[in-house]
Amino acid sequence: MSFSFRFDPVELPPEAKELREEVRGFLREEIEAGTFSPYGGKGSFSREFSRKVGAKGWIGMTWPEKYGGHDRSHLERYVVTEEMLAARAPTRAHSTADRQSGPVILRYGQEEIKQKILPQIARGELCFCIGLSEPNSGSDVFAASTRATKTDGGWLVNGRKIWTSNAHQADYMIALLRTSPPTKENRRHGLTQFLVDMKTPRITTRPIINLTGSHDFNEVVFDDAFLPDSHLIGEVDMAWKQATDELAYERSGPDRWIETFPALVELVRLAGEDPSERLAEGIGREVAHLATLRRMSLSVAGMLQAGKTPAVEAAVVKDLGTNFEQALPDKVRLLAPQIGDSQPDSNDDRFEEALRYATLIAPKLTIQGGTREVLRGIIARGLGLR
Amino acid sequence: MNDKTDHIIVDTATRIFQDLCEPNTVNEAEQGVWPKALWNALEESGLTLTWVPEELGGAGAALADGFAVLRAAGRFAAPVPLAETLMAGWLLTRAGISVPGGPLTVAPVHADGRIMLTADGTLSGRARRVPFARNAGHIAVLARRGTEAVVALVAATGLPISQSMSLAGEPRDDVSFDGASPEAVRPGAVDQDLLVCLGAAVRLQQMAGALEKILEQSVQYALDRSQFGRPIAKFQAVQHNLAMLAGEVAAASATADAAAEACARPEIAIGEIAIAKVRGGEAAGNGAAIAHQVHGAMGFTYEHSLHHATRRLWSWREEFGNEAVWAARLGRMVAERGADELWPFITAGS
Repeated sequence: MSFSFRFDPVELPPEAKELREEVRGFLREEIEAGTFSPYGGKGSFSREFSRKVGAKGWIGMTWPEKYGGHDRSHLERYVVTEEMLAARAPTRAHSTADRQSGPVILRYGQEEIKQKILPQIARGELCFCIGLSEPNSGSDVFAASTRATKTDGGWLVNGRKIWTSNAHQADYMIALLRTSPPTKENRRHGLTQFLVDMKTPRITTRPIINLTGSHDFNEVVFDDAFLPDSHLIGEVDMAWKQATDELAYERSGPDRWIETFPALVELVRLAGEDPSERLAEGIGREVAHLATLRRMSLSVAGMLQAGKTPAVEAAVVKDLGTNFEQALPDKVRLLAPQIGDSQPDSNDDRFEEALRYATLIAPKLTIQGGTREVLRGIIARGLGLR
Repeated sequence: MNDKTDHIIVDTATRIFQDLCEPNTVNEAEQGVWPKALWNALEESGLTLTWVPEELGGAGAALADGFAVLRAAGRFAAPVPLAETLMAGWLLTRAGISVPGGPLTVAPVHADGRIMLTADGTLSGRARRVPFARNAGHIAVLARRGTEAVVALVAATGLPISQSMSLAGEPRDDVSFDGASPEAVRPGAVDQDLLVCLGAAVRLQQMAGALEKILEQSVQYALDRSQFGRPIAKFQAVQHNLAMLAGEVAAASATADAAAEACARPEIAIGEIAIAKVRGGEAAGNGAAIAHQVHGAMGFTYEHSLHHATRRLWSWREEFGNEAVWAARLGRMVAERGADELWPFITAGS
C-alpha cells in the first residue's frame, strides 16, 4: 500500500496560455475603465461584470454547448479562475454558480431545469448560494434538519439555513433538505438536494454582519415554502452520494490559497527594488509557498481533466492552502517594519488596506467550505487511519 | 514527469535497493563499512551512468529517469554516492570529458569553495564537506581559470582529505586540491550556479523519497502501536499530525517534480529551483518533526530505522543552499521585477 498522494505534474496546453493573455488583456481594460480596483477588498459583487465575463464565454466553460457551456478543459477554466482571483475581479455574482451549483445541476438536475438554468448561469445572469449549514448542523453536514415534506406537485420546506453567503443577492439556492430520518445503518441517509428560487414566497433572508462589518452571510428561514417537483436534484434521500462528489470538485481551486495574496503584492511594492536581506528572505519564503501550492492546485485540475476524482488530494491542497493564506497576513505584518523610511503616500494606504483586509478575513479561511479539522479527518481517512 | 520516466530503470533501481540496501546496510555504512554489494549492483546495472550519453559509454537516459532513481535511493537511504556520481557524470559530460568508472563525487558543493586552475596546469584551493570524497575514485571539479569556468577530472587518491561526517553519518570530507594535476580539463559549459541548481534538484528528489518513506513508516507505526487500549492511529490528535505530514510530503514531492522540470529546460529557471528548495527544505524539517512525534521514544532510538531518513533530511536540506539562502535570493528576484510582475512570475512556469 502506498500512503503518498499523487500530484501528477501538469503542462498547460498552448490554448490555455493564449487564454491567459486574453483574460489579462480583458482585466486590464476593465481596470482602466474603472469597473473595479485590484487593490480593494470590497465591492466584489457586480452583475454587470459577471455578464461581461459570461459574454466572453468564461462561465460554465467545461459544460456541454447544448446547455450554454463551452466544452473547454478544466485547465482552461483553471487559468480563467486564477487570473480573475489574482486581479481581485468582482466575480462573486457568478463564481458559486460556475464552481459548484452549475456542475451539480448538470450532473443531477432534471432535463427541463438544466435547459432553463444552465445557459443563464453561463451568460453570467444568475447568482447562486449554497444552503448547507444550519444552527445545529455545521461541520456535521448530515445532521441537517430543515425539512422538505411531500405535498401535491412538490414539497413544503420548513426550517432555517445559516451562514449562507450571498443569500441576500442570490437568485437561486441549492439546498440540502431532510426528506427522511437517518437510518441505523447510515446516518447520512435521508437528505435531498433541491433547487430553490429565492423569490419563492415564505422564504425570508436576514443579514448577519461579519466582523469586518460586511454583509456577506445570512440566515434564511423557510416557513412552508413550496418547491415544485421539477426542482428536485438527484435522488430523494440520497444526497450524501451527490454531496461528496460535489465537494471534490473545487476544494482545491485557487480561491483556497489566494485570498490574502494582495497583502504580499503590496509588501513587495513597498519593499522596492533593493530590500534588506531579512525582507527579501521573508518575501521569498511566502512566494515559495504560494508557487508550490499553485502547482499542486493546478495538478488537481489536471487530474479532474483526466477524469480522476482526486478528493483526498483536493483536501490536502485546501488544508495547506488555507493555512498558508491565513498565516500570510501575520508574516507580512512582521516584515513591514523592515521597510525603510518611505514617505506616506498612496502606496502606503494601499498596503495598509490590503493588510487590514487580509488580517480581518483570516479567521474564516480555515472554516468556510470545510474546516481544517474536517479536512484533516478526510486526509486521515485517505491514509487508512479511520 | 513521472509519466515520461522509464519505469524499467526505476524498477531496476528499486529491486537493487530492496535486495541490497537493508537498514543494517545503512547502519554498517555509518560505521565505515563500504556497501560493496550495493554499489557493484548499481554499477553493473548501468545506473551510475544514467546521465552519461551512450557515445561516452553511459546509459544515455533522460534527466527525469535519473531523478526518479534518486527518489528511490532517498526512500532507502542508500548510503552510496549514487547522486554524486550522477552529478559528476552530468558535469563531465557537459564539458565533453569521458566519465571513468567507480564512485565519483563533485566539488565544490558549498558557495565558499573556490578552486583555481593555475598557469602550470595544476589546481589550487580547497572544498569543504565534499560528499563521499574518501570513497570516490575521481572528483569532478568545477574550477576557474581566471574568470573562465573549467571542468577538471581529478583522481581522488593521494589528495589530502580531512574526514568529517554529515548529520546522517555520511562522509562529508574537506578536500585540498593544491598541486593536484587533473587527468582532463575542458572549458565548462557550466557555471557554479548551474551546478548548484542541479545539486538542489538532486537533493530535492532524495528528500521527497525520504519523506515518502517516513510517512509510510509513521502511518504503519500509528496503526501498530496501541495505547489506552487502542491503536494510536485512532486518536484524532495523531490523525491530524499524520494528515499534516501527508501535506508536507505532497508539497515536497511537488517541489521535487518542479525542480526536475526546471533542470530539463534549455535554460534552468533559477526561480523555480529557488521556490522548490525553500519549500522542499521546509517540508523536510516539518515532516521529520511530525514523524518523530508520532513514533515517540521508539523513533529516537538508534535501533529504529526512522533516523536513516530523518537525519538525511536534516543533512540534505542544508546542501546546495538552504531555505534561508534560496529564500533571500528568490525575494531579491521578486523585488527586482516589482509588485505587478509577481503574479506573472508565479505563473511563468506553466
